[in-house]
Amino acid sequence: MNGVHDMGGMHGMGPIEREANEPVFHHDWERRVLALNLAAGALGAWNIDASRHARERMPPAQYLAASYYQKWLYGLELLLLEQGLLTREEVATGRARGRVSGGRVLRAADVEKALTKGRGFRLPDDVPPRFKVADRVVARNTQPTGHTRLPRYARGRRGVIDRDHGVFIFADANAMGLGPRPQHLYGVRFAARELWGPDASPRDAVYLDLWDDHLDPA
Amino acid sequence: MSDHHHHDHDHASEPGSPLAETDLRVRALESLLVEKGLVDPAALDVLIDTYETKVGPRNGARVVARAWVDPAYKTRLLADARSAVAELGYQGRGGEEIMALENTPKVHNLVVCTLCSCYPWPVLGLPPVWYKSAPYRSRAVLDPRGVLREFGLEVPDDVEVRVWDSTSEVRYLVLPERPEGTEGMSESALAELVTRDAMIGVARVKPPVQGGRR
Repeated sequence: MNGVHDMGGMHGMGPIEREANEPVFHHDWERRVLALNLAAGALGAWNIDASRHARERMPPAQYLAASYYQKWLYGLELLLLEQGLLTREEVATGRARGRVSGGRVLRAADVEKALTKGRGFRLPDDVPPRFKVADRVVARNTQPTGHTRLPRYARGRRGVIDRDHGVFIFADANAMGLGPRPQHLYGVRFAARELWGPDASPRDAVYLDLWDDHLDPA
Repeated sequence: MSDHHHHDHDHASEPGSPLAETDLRVRALESLLVEKGLVDPAALDVLIDTYETKVGPRNGARVVARAWVDPAYKTRLLADARSAVAELGYQGRGGEEIMALENTPKVHNLVVCTLCSCYPWPVLGLPPVWYKSAPYRSRAVLDPRGVLREFGLEVPDDVEVRVWDSTSEVRYLVLPERPEGTEGMSESALAELVTRDAMIGVARVKPPVQGGRR
């Protein structure tokens, strides 16, 4: 979706504000939001791409005003409601109507193992690649209304395949409940001038990871 | 449910402020999820402790220092960062796939996530606020040299700046240049010099201060 989350290339966002000796969390509720997201995610009711898409659906004015963990809170509530794990009435009243059975509840004893294992995004390498290293490609000029990992600033721009990462879950499809749609993922090099015009440095480049379905031969 | 995590007073959240509202909303959500049997409160405590005290940029600093002192390790790191990082015990969530990017006298690498806030968790921990902020996400790709200047880093024109926009589950770790004057320093002393910002690519690693700690 062409949302405000797709920020690459925008002006007017102000200076980068850094904090010396920044703590990991600034408020106790931030700790809770991080942990609730990880624990609820472990139930398996949605995938990481769907959770990114949930945050992107925060209304734009709200998204720009929200802190990172406020976006995470918004996305988590949205997914819990959409998956029927909570009802609007429960959220409004703060009172649970019965327990939910099933689902893989993450137990304290299993946290370390789950974090160490991570999640699997790489799939068996049995899908032929459409491109090889050094191939010239053009990023598709599309305007999907759902989730996409192809930022607007690269659409319609020409690049070169820098590396083939192998076969991965296709995030754009996975986020929308369309399955993993296995395909090759590539590191693609775009010259800064191709993206930003003649005022950009002639030497510099931006690298993006893009899937077969984002690219055409150039 | 235990209340011990709520004992630290949050002075930024005055009653009635948006942050106080957020705080209430989070507490309500947590108790709902616990009551419904969807989350184990003890698991929440372990998750928080992990990211607050165990995983952080010291992990990445050890990787960098090892690569500086051990050429074979550096070769493995640049060829297959996931395995090389796992050799030191760092792996898993938010770093299922990792690539290391070597800074050289001719190439400077800079990492961003313009679409969200992807970051190599096992080696750097959770990202700082500025990394997740609109100013950094919007400008790092468009004007990397301007952004680096804002961080106090002037990159000469003859050095190529490569910006890595983390649009997939592959996460990027910058291998900064080893500073002059560090010959003979131990691996652990070198790790002390390596900063989070240098591993994102917005800073260089500074040489040790004369007469400073070794």
